[in-house]
Amino acid sequence: MKLTVNGTSHEINVEPEMPLLWVLRDELDLPGTKFGCGIAQCGAYTVHVDGTAVRSCVTPVGSVSGVVTTIEGLGTPATLHAVQAAWVERQVAQCGYCQSGQIMSAAALLKTNPAPTDADIDEAMSGNLCRCGAYPRIRAAVHDAAKRIRGA
Amino acid sequence: MGKLATIARRAFLIGSAAVAGGVAFGVYKVKQVAPNPLLDDLPQGATALTPHVRIDGQGVTLITPRAEMGQGNHTTLAALVAEELDVAWDSIRVEHGPPGAAYYNRALVQHNVPFADLDHGNAAEAMRGALGVMAKLMPMQITGGSSSIEDLFDRMRIAGAAARFALVAAAAQKLGLPAAQLKTENGSVLAPDGRRLTYLELAPAAAAIDLPASPPLKPREQWRYLGKSMPRVDMVAKCTGTATFGIDVRLPDMVFATVRMNPAIGARLVSFDATAAKAMRGVLNVVDLRGGIAVIADNTWRAFQAAQAVQCNWAGPGYPASTTAMMDSIVASMSEENRDSRLRDDGSVDKSLAEGTRLEAEYRVPFLAHATMEPMNAVAFLHDGQLDIWAGVQNPTAARDQAAKIAGLDATKVRLHTTLMGGGFGRRLESDYVVQAVKLAVAMAGKPVKMTWRREEDMTLDFYRPAAVAHFRGTTAAKQVLALDVQVASPSVAESNLGRLGLPALGPDKLIIEGAFDQPYAIANYRATAYRTPAGRPVSYARSVGNSYNGFFIESFIDELAAQAGADPMNMRLALLSHEPSRKVLSAVAAKSGWGQQLAAGRGRGVAFHMCRGVPVAQVIEITTSKQGVKIDKVFVAVDVGTALDPRNIEAQQQSGVIFGLSAALYGEITFAKGAANQTNFDSYQVLRIQQAPQIVVEVLESGGTIRGVGETGVPPAAPALANAIFNATGKRIRELPLSKHIDFV
Repeated sequence: MKLTVNGTSHEINVEPEMPLLWVLRDELDLPGTKFGCGIAQCGAYTVHVDGTAVRSCVTPVGSVSGVVTTIEGLGTPATLHAVQAAWVERQVAQCGYCQSGQIMSAAALLKTNPAPTDADIDEAMSGNLCRCGAYPRIRAAVHDAAKRIRGA
Repeated sequence: MGKLATIARRAFLIGSAAVAGGVAFGVYKVKQVAPNPLLDDLPQGATALTPHVRIDGQGVTLITPRAEMGQGNHTTLAALVAEELDVAWDSIRVEHGPPGAAYYNRALVQHNVPFADLDHGNAAEAMRGALGVMAKLMPMQITGGSSSIEDLFDRMRIAGAAARFALVAAAAQKLGLPAAQLKTENGSVLAPDGRRLTYLELAPAAAAIDLPASPPLKPREQWRYLGKSMPRVDMVAKCTGTATFGIDVRLPDMVFATVRMNPAIGARLVSFDATAAKAMRGVLNVVDLRGGIAVIADNTWRAFQAAQAVQCNWAGPGYPASTTAMMDSIVASMSEENRDSRLRDDGSVDKSLAEGTRLEAEYRVPFLAHATMEPMNAVAFLHDGQLDIWAGVQNPTAARDQAAKIAGLDATKVRLHTTLMGGGFGRRLESDYVVQAVKLAVAMAGKPVKMTWRREEDMTLDFYRPAAVAHFRGTTAAKQVLALDVQVASPSVAESNLGRLGLPALGPDKLIIEGAFDQPYAIANYRATAYRTPAGRPVSYARSVGNSYNGFFIESFIDELAAQAGADPMNMRLALLSHEPSRKVLSAVAAKSGWGQQLAAGRGRGVAFHMCRGVPVAQVIEITTSKQGVKIDKVFVAVDVGTALDPRNIEAQQQSGVIFGLSAALYGEITFAKGAANQTNFDSYQVLRIQQAPQIVVEVLESGGTIRGVGETGVPPAAPALANAIFNATGKRIRELPLSKHIDFV
């Protein structure tokens, strides 16, 4: 089957029920998207399908019809996405393992809501766990990113 | 040897292991300088001036001997070297070093003397000195116990200064000028006439120069990196998905594996049938691991699926198998025969317990999972008579040695590459997952194997923070505390962990009672007794270890005594604290939080103070109660680490500690049936989510005393500050964690 990820089309030969996460990580060698729970409880696996946040650990690859964007496709160290730039500015990451998913959730939120309130942020980000407790800085960085995008 | 034997008898668990190591090596080795581990594996054209500085065609790489698991230590440790070496911040690269004797951890071993951190008496200092020597001989290269900065504050600055000395001396030779006329600037040596030699070109000549043992270090007024909030060296990579955690390591021709072990850790696998699993797509091998099985496949998910298809017949454990039986054994161990230590016995406790108004209470906390975001994993590759391992580990020397034993190789043939880790919290002090990956590498010799646990394995095969029970008796009179008697019973994590390392565990375990005996409260009649519950299900270190429960016990009961005495809980603590920096953090948090000002109806606030690893921390938590439950509004924190090397990172670590502590306070609980945990994933083992995370205001104080680490210190006060706030708002005193068993949270 065909799968478009970060602008590149791939021919993949896997079971349609294999979760998108494991196609990305093991078949396409895109490790930025993380495995955390396997049951859509932690958010580390968050990617975009046609711009919407999707839980790749419970999404069978056979059900994916749109284009996939992972953290690697959002921005790069040389060309940071506004959300990533805000994250760096606020020094959000500690262990950093959950941050790919946090950033993908935040980027999806800001596409539909350019000026979120704290409550909007909490609702949109409630599926993304962080055991280091970076939540206060995540909230602040989402506001910063929203400003960056509105100002751009 | 007579003196050593005496120390061994008196030393506490970890100390006894250090002493045994020291005796085995011989004291004559104390003065020897450990070899530079970087020289064993130095690429062509690279120079390693010290164990912490490597220079090659790419530039200057600073080698940190401690693991980065979120606490920001790679940034601060790099800043220590960079400050003295004089290199530009944006030019440096930072790597974790290989396992090496040069990277021993003295501070961690010294923390385990059976004295309070504030006790600087002759006996305490003598034992710290002796154990510091032993630490060098063991050598334990451990990341844990908030020890990295305290341990390496001098050593890594000296490494930078010594390397700079050699580079300047090399430049002096080349230029034919006295070293005193030369300056350094951002990775170059400058001559008075404007000539400039880069460290890169000077490094080969510098390698031949003898390093000074104690070069002069910059005074604080000249610091340009230290004392400042530096951009973390790992930040951009972690925000772009380009940071490589252990689980992300990829090698050509790699195969993917997972394990399924008896969830009653240590119990046997009686029999298994892998017929169906072997027929599944992509499955390459099923390996008997004794106590469980592993499936090796061409994709991690296929390995997961196949492992679930193996029929396993598990044996029951040889230890108490249900939560009730485990808690009963803890309560039953509060008897003379299980008495482990009495590290405080001030005044006449029995006499003063008979005076004034008496209060008795029992407190309980459950077993806790570490639940790091990155599940346990390791990559192992046996090839050409050598073993390469990539894994996130907090104890690399132990992991390497256990791997060598499994593979039947000399330790020199094992290369352990310590990766970034998605959380540690003490879990990665254990080497079980590394050992499993090595067994699979042996079974698949010639192919790199990546072994990844599902979350279900991560949660159920954890070495938990043990449950604990405390019995308190106290008396008050005239708004004063007359007596405090605390008895704590818990299994010993040090005994459990050292046993798995094959190290002796002689003497009592201070960790059972740490945080209960050593608080700087000037209560005239103060006694703390620890009881060691006979070993049951294996347990291990978790962030702040004994402090994680003793903080809740002590600070809740102090609050109860204040209520009984009719005293304000803040003022009573301020009056009791005998240590000036501790009084200052408490005063700071009182001022910041507006303590004493009236709160609206339905709101409440609580305070807790705790001293952990020599760091005083005070927290005030404000809550709102409603029909839906308790909402945590705001947390005020004040902390004193002696000297604040990176204030923004200290703030992050305090916020982290608060949220980690609140997760345990609200929800954290592992329960058991037939020796297996009932909680298997984040649906049944809840942790705090963003909508519950309060605003956290942190004030960092600097008393200028011994520099201390900050990774654990925010954890212990969070639960008692919250429980005290609930009492303040509702009058309900909750003496058991998790609090959600007794009250709802929004």
